[in-house]
Amino acid sequence: MTKPAPAAASSVSTDELDSICSQVRRDIVRMVHGCQSGHPGASLGCTEFFVALYWSILRHDPKAFSMDGIGQDLFFLSNGHISPVWYSVLAHSGYFPVKELATFRKLDSRLQGHPTTHEGLPGIRMASGSLGQGLSVGIGAALAKKLNGDPHLVFTLHGDGELQEGQIWEAAMSAPRHKVDNLIATVDWNGRQIDGDVDDVMPLGDLPAKWKAFGWDVLICNGNDMAELLATLNEAKSRTGKGLPIVILMRTEMGQGVDFMVGSHEWHGIPPNDEQLARALAQLPETLGDY
Amino acid sequence: MANVPLLDQKDSRSGFGAGLLELGKRDPNVVALCADLTGSLKMDAFAKAFPERFFQMGVAEANMMGVAAGLTIGGKIPFTGTFANFSTGRVYDQIRQSIAYAGKNVKICASHAGLTLGEDGATHQILEDIGLMKMLPGMTVIVPCDFNQTKQATIAIGAHEGPVYLRFGRPKWPVFIPADMPFEIGKAQILVEGSDVSIFACGHLVWRALQAAEELANAGIKAEVINVHTIKPLDEATVLASVRKTGCAVSCEEHNRFGGLGDSIAQVLALKQPLPMEFVAVNDSFGESGTPDQLLQKYGLDVPDIVAAAQRALKRK
Repeated sequence: MTKPAPAAASSVSTDELDSICSQVRRDIVRMVHGCQSGHPGASLGCTEFFVALYWSILRHDPKAFSMDGIGQDLFFLSNGHISPVWYSVLAHSGYFPVKELATFRKLDSRLQGHPTTHEGLPGIRMASGSLGQGLSVGIGAALAKKLNGDPHLVFTLHGDGELQEGQIWEAAMSAPRHKVDNLIATVDWNGRQIDGDVDDVMPLGDLPAKWKAFGWDVLICNGNDMAELLATLNEAKSRTGKGLPIVILMRTEMGQGVDFMVGSHEWHGIPPNDEQLARALAQLPETLGDY
Repeated sequence: MANVPLLDQKDSRSGFGAGLLELGKRDPNVVALCADLTGSLKMDAFAKAFPERFFQMGVAEANMMGVAAGLTIGGKIPFTGTFANFSTGRVYDQIRQSIAYAGKNVKICASHAGLTLGEDGATHQILEDIGLMKMLPGMTVIVPCDFNQTKQATIAIGAHEGPVYLRFGRPKWPVFIPADMPFEIGKAQILVEGSDVSIFACGHLVWRALQAAEELANAGIKAEVINVHTIKPLDEATVLASVRKTGCAVSCEEHNRFGGLGDSIAQVLALKQPLPMEFVAVNDSFGESGTPDQLLQKYGLDVPDIVAAAQRALKRK
């Protein structure tokens, strides 16, 4: 059973979106369990964002996917390792069959460990995985929209650990220079990365002040609160076209939705075993139907 | 030169600038990005003619490559411009993931390649870029030999779908390719026919190879000179037809002997027509400051080096 995504900002209720999140989280833990590989932590933490984006914010048509994306809003996942959440949301919103989620990270699959255009999976317009590159790509795509007279928007997502890459700040510097005001970048501000807390590994300092200093319009929200997230995304949309690029810093919890995974970096990149899978699924009602 | 007349002395980077301007007039989807080297890359004319399609990216090459990749999503045909070192080694992972693996239609245009950059020295004289680029699946690698051919190649890659690395240089250099000579990506050009030894050259060393062929002719040796402007995909048919006629080969390039044109030709010979081959290339070292002529001489890429390599190859037949 798939739930088609609407072509424009929709009237899907917060309760319905939260219900979809439960299914997406089931998919995430089942996918990484199925291949005993992958990154469940931040996938779970960003579930509300992906569901809000694909069911309520993006103006897109899953059945008319084209690489150039003219006439549609675009999304680029820069922290490609959280592919499970993206694949689940793309499948349930109609880009490809839900049953294909069972092939994640397996030989001959279109669902590679990190997202890619190489296998022709609908919904994906850029390879990502090597961190720090997606903001530049989003800026380029946004500039192309301006050249084409296309009023649609470009969204990107980045991990907070990813912000340690220098290219991110090259890109941050360039967006105001070229008045890229049709771009909404978002950051999964969970404070954790593979080796531990971001503050221990390589502190980001005053993150909102840094983005502001680079010339961005900065919004902050709780990325695990669907109502607050939706309001913030809509506020960001209302601020486009005003000369500044926009960034939303989303406070999230890595592992959100599974009690023994939440709030720790330990589940950044390891899969659950059979017993852990059962415990996780018991907390996550099946709402759209398992693959 | 008896067989190939000298037409002019111009820098190949100006050929790029002229080609880019021409392409900008022909195709509204062509856009250009430059990392604070607009004058050096001769992109000023394009920037002035099409300011809305020119993006100054500052000294931030990694971001430039990613923005170029993004611009293709929307149907643009981006040409990036900076020095060869900053077009490849500095941004290898950006090119690998966001352009090559993602199959994006970006044209990476690289000036000041090789030793003939001259006085700036080894930090800027990249001699590894052909190898870096040809190893990327799906990447087309083109090294034109003079002003006219660089202009022709710039226009040709605009109509080619897929990522391209275009390598050219800084100094004024002999122009000998007629402006109206057809240029086809992947099709090597036999500039001088011969039957004793095949000399395969690219970039600035094509003119040196022509000079060497003339010296060899004076000694009664008939050298065939082939301009292999496209390193990848290599024109295997032309390479094989030539060596089957001559029985030995010499490669000439302004690049490390590992990873360049010579490697590509040697692989074809090893697999399909094992024959003696000699390499005129930089012998696994970095360069240094000096004039282009001094550097070609010191690093063994000059006319006497090509003549000697041809004679060695002939003796091994």
